[in-house]
Amino acid sequence: MTEAVPRATPAPATRTGLPRGAWAIAFQGIAAREALRFLRQRGRFLAALVRPLVWLFIFAAGFRSVLGLSITPPYQTYVLYEVYVVPGLVAMIQLFNGMQSSLSMVYDRETGAMRTLLVSPLPRWFLLFSKLMAGVLVSILQAYAFLAIAWFWDVRPPALGYLAVLPALIFAGLMLGALGLLLSSAIRQLENFAGVMNFVIFPMFFASTALYPLWRMRESSVLLHDICAANPFTHAVELIRFALYLQVNWLSLGVVLGCLALFFGGAVLMYDPGRGLWPRRKGGR
Amino acid sequence: MLRRSLTAACALLLLGPGPALANRVFVTNEKGNDVTVLDSETLEVIGTYPVGARPRGITISPDGSELYVCVSDEDTVKVYDPESMEELHRLPSGPDPELFVLHPSGNPLYIANEDDNLVTVVDTETHQLLAEIPVGVEPEGMGVSPDGKVVVNTSETTNMAHFIDTDTHQIVANVLVDQRPRFAEFTADGTKLYVSAEIGGTVSVIDPATKEITDTIRFEIPGVLPEAIQPVGVRATKDGSTVFVALGPANRVAVVDGVTDEVVDYLLVGQRVWQMGFTPDESLLFTTNGNSNDVSVIDVARREVVKSIQVGEQPWGVVVAPDKQ
Repeated sequence: MTEAVPRATPAPATRTGLPRGAWAIAFQGIAAREALRFLRQRGRFLAALVRPLVWLFIFAAGFRSVLGLSITPPYQTYVLYEVYVVPGLVAMIQLFNGMQSSLSMVYDRETGAMRTLLVSPLPRWFLLFSKLMAGVLVSILQAYAFLAIAWFWDVRPPALGYLAVLPALIFAGLMLGALGLLLSSAIRQLENFAGVMNFVIFPMFFASTALYPLWRMRESSVLLHDICAANPFTHAVELIRFALYLQVNWLSLGVVLGCLALFFGGAVLMYDPGRGLWPRRKGGR
Repeated sequence: MLRRSLTAACALLLLGPGPALANRVFVTNEKGNDVTVLDSETLEVIGTYPVGARPRGITISPDGSELYVCVSDEDTVKVYDPESMEELHRLPSGPDPELFVLHPSGNPLYIANEDDNLVTVVDTETHQLLAEIPVGVEPEGMGVSPDGKVVVNTSETTNMAHFIDTDTHQIVANVLVDQRPRFAEFTADGTKLYVSAEIGGTVSVIDPATKEITDTIRFEIPGVLPEAIQPVGVRATKDGSTVFVALGPANRVAVVDGVTDEVVDYLLVGQRVWQMGFTPDESLLFTTNGNSNDVSVIDVARREVVKSIQVGEQPWGVVVAPDKQ
């Protein structure tokens, strides 16, 4: 009984003073937690799928001929509305997923789980990035499940497009997740989340190219067109759309990466107790 | 020896069937008064050439040396060199030529004169008028049997397909079809004749031997009003396995199983799809879309629209040059 439980010999320390592999263990831990949450909340997975499917099956069915005449890149010919709307719905999955992660961050903070995470000796940006990446992986699973169902609905991009869209999904997912992180740092209570829905998700989704192309927006209002063109979500949608059809939209890629750096940088800053706005505000309460 | 053949076979397999021959695609632009020439391989516009007032029907000689264009409002058929697009001569077409068909041998040319209720027969070598055959009111569609013995003309107002003996230039039979018949297409083996009816919204399948309608193809597209489904151009693959029907303002091309005559798919193309033309290898089918001013390209094997190319104003007819011999 006195036999000690064999302990793993400490891994050689790196320059940061942390054992080698600590980063991987931290990432694994955070990702496993997200995966567990995902597996246990099957309803959440289904709900994430039902939302875009309702749009595809019901909304798109009523708007089959809405796009009219223009052929816009990356399409080479006329497409039915359901074909047009699918990349936007994939991005919608990622937008909601990003916001869901934001919600879970607020929840973690309320329950104290966040404190456990943030006291880790690893750099804060890495912890936040791990959390972000874990959320993105979940959203990618949902996106592929949706694309698979859409295939049976006769929305069939080129076979290689399913592979080419993966990096686009990672970048778009990271950008939208980072936005969620940034927002979560500013939301103090779960109850305020409804505000996020009304003021962030809906305007972002509707004022984008997810539902209508930019030229259609310009027909109704130039201002609306400009708002849509500047909306980062538009660029997430277009990045996914072009990738699905084996093309790169460099402008959208630039905007998505730029916004990712901005949102993630902002989130890291806000979650830093020394510099962040949240603790100071909290302290000042 | 066997090894060498196997290596050659493997090399062929690896290299694939080789690049398809590039053919010129000619499109008449009814309102633009010109012909747009496309490259069937790059699917790019090569050039646009003025041809005269209201060009509609277009066809090319079997050897690819002469391009025939119905210049409707100039009451003539102009003949062009397909390479240089220089006018070679004109044929006495009779008034308002709309559609025509060449005898499989390349001579003569049978022209439907919409305003005069006539089919005009013209010798393409001597440029002489051979016959004028009275048919129904507003003749339009023209089809020729593969053996060249029968020409079928459809008259839009009389709603009939007239079977004309090419030796006697006499009508030998009339078949009543649905309202406003627009186009007639024989299968390559001559066992079936497809006649589209624009207002009737159907395609009649006629047995040329008995002159009886054996089947009627109907179309139904979810979300598209039935009155917008107006079948016009019809093209059948040489093996008769697939028939494509242009459905006008429905903006779709129907894919029909040539054996069962059942519709198997609808392909979305540009607005008011009118006429169609295959490449000689039947890998691609070009459709003219009159209201969207473009040509859609259908991959025949995959049954998929691969591209839509802007051409001139109101594209009407299309023909693809045969492979160079």
